[in-house]
Amino acid sequence: MTAVAEPTNDTSQIPAPEGSVTITVKILRFNPEIDNEPHWESYDVPALPTDRVLNLLMNIKNYADGTLSFRRSCAHGICGSDAMQINGINRLACKVLVKDLLAKDGKPTTVSVAPIKGLPTMKDLYVDMEPFFEAFRSVKPYLIAYGNEPTNERYQSAADRERFDDTTKCILCACCTSSCPVYWADGSYFGPAAIVNAHRFIFDSRDEASEERLDILNDTEGVWRCRTTFNCTDACPRGIQVTKAIQEVKRALLFKRT
Amino acid sequence: MSESLTLEKPRSPRRRAARRNNFELYSWAFMRISGLALVILVLGHLFIMNILDGGVHRINFAFVAGRWSSPFWQFWDLAMLWLAQLHGGNGLRTIIDDYARKDTTRFWLKMLLYASMAVILVLGTLVIFTFDPNITA
Repeated sequence: MTAVAEPTNDTSQIPAPEGSVTITVKILRFNPEIDNEPHWESYDVPALPTDRVLNLLMNIKNYADGTLSFRRSCAHGICGSDAMQINGINRLACKVLVKDLLAKDGKPTTVSVAPIKGLPTMKDLYVDMEPFFEAFRSVKPYLIAYGNEPTNERYQSAADRERFDDTTKCILCACCTSSCPVYWADGSYFGPAAIVNAHRFIFDSRDEASEERLDILNDTEGVWRCRTTFNCTDACPRGIQVTKAIQEVKRALLFKRT
Repeated sequence: MSESLTLEKPRSPRRRAARRNNFELYSWAFMRISGLALVILVLGHLFIMNILDGGVHRINFAFVAGRWSSPFWQFWDLAMLWLAQLHGGNGLRTIIDDYARKDTTRFWLKMLLYASMAVILVLGTLVIFTFDPNITA
């Protein structure tokens, strides 16, 4: 850290409930109409230990600086809108509690919040998700079945359903893909999230296009670029074993066909 | 604003269609297998050259000539040369793919890599098979 004082922002309007402690929230701000590159700004925010980081951001936006921009929809860890880098780790702002970030022994707490990496930042904390969804779409993440439509539902045993249960949990928040060093360096890599969603159909007994998807992932920018750094597994807010899913796709490519 | 008006059709594919090409698969598998082989070959080589029987102090022309008179050590060194070159070269190829920002940089770095690999492989193989122990210093 440099000794230069960061601009302090007036946060006196933020209500401080009983039992709250003041913590410093450092946000990597970027306004494409004014700034050439992102810069850090600090906000002293009163926070309850039970608050989530999203509450702090909402308080800053509502009481201190209305121009602060970030995505958030459900605010309950379901929609996957508010993925951001909190203290250097990709997390959903609505799932990180302040009490888990407090410094030990009552020392002043600083929380840094930055946009996820590897995708172009559009303003402050939100990024252009289009390259991410483009990779997602290109693995054909939908059921493909040939032949006649069954008149009732497509049956599946509990064991067959269990096979891909882990990868059905994905909410497409981009925490994994934007934590992947291969994706940072090479944006044309499919990225963990696309492979997870391909895995969900490749190992689905009702689906008949797993060969097609395996072909896609066998390509230059497919699973073989994975360097097993496990950043994706650490980042996933749903606890999906992302690296394991990627390895299962590799194994299917190696031993089921060639 | 004019360039933003040239819109593609919805869902038009932006990636090239997948080719049925197992090159990346084989190179991935090769890295695993050659890595394992190199652990044995290189550690064995280091042990013989540096630790066994007085280690590095006994290495001279006669010692190397004596080793290369046996086809076993010729094969050992040849395997080490080829596996290490291909393993390291493939690793560097991946790194170049990752970090080169322009296609021309990527192309020329790879050409440099492949050329240096070819030179070292040819030269090393030539030395192992045409080594003359009776050469005059």
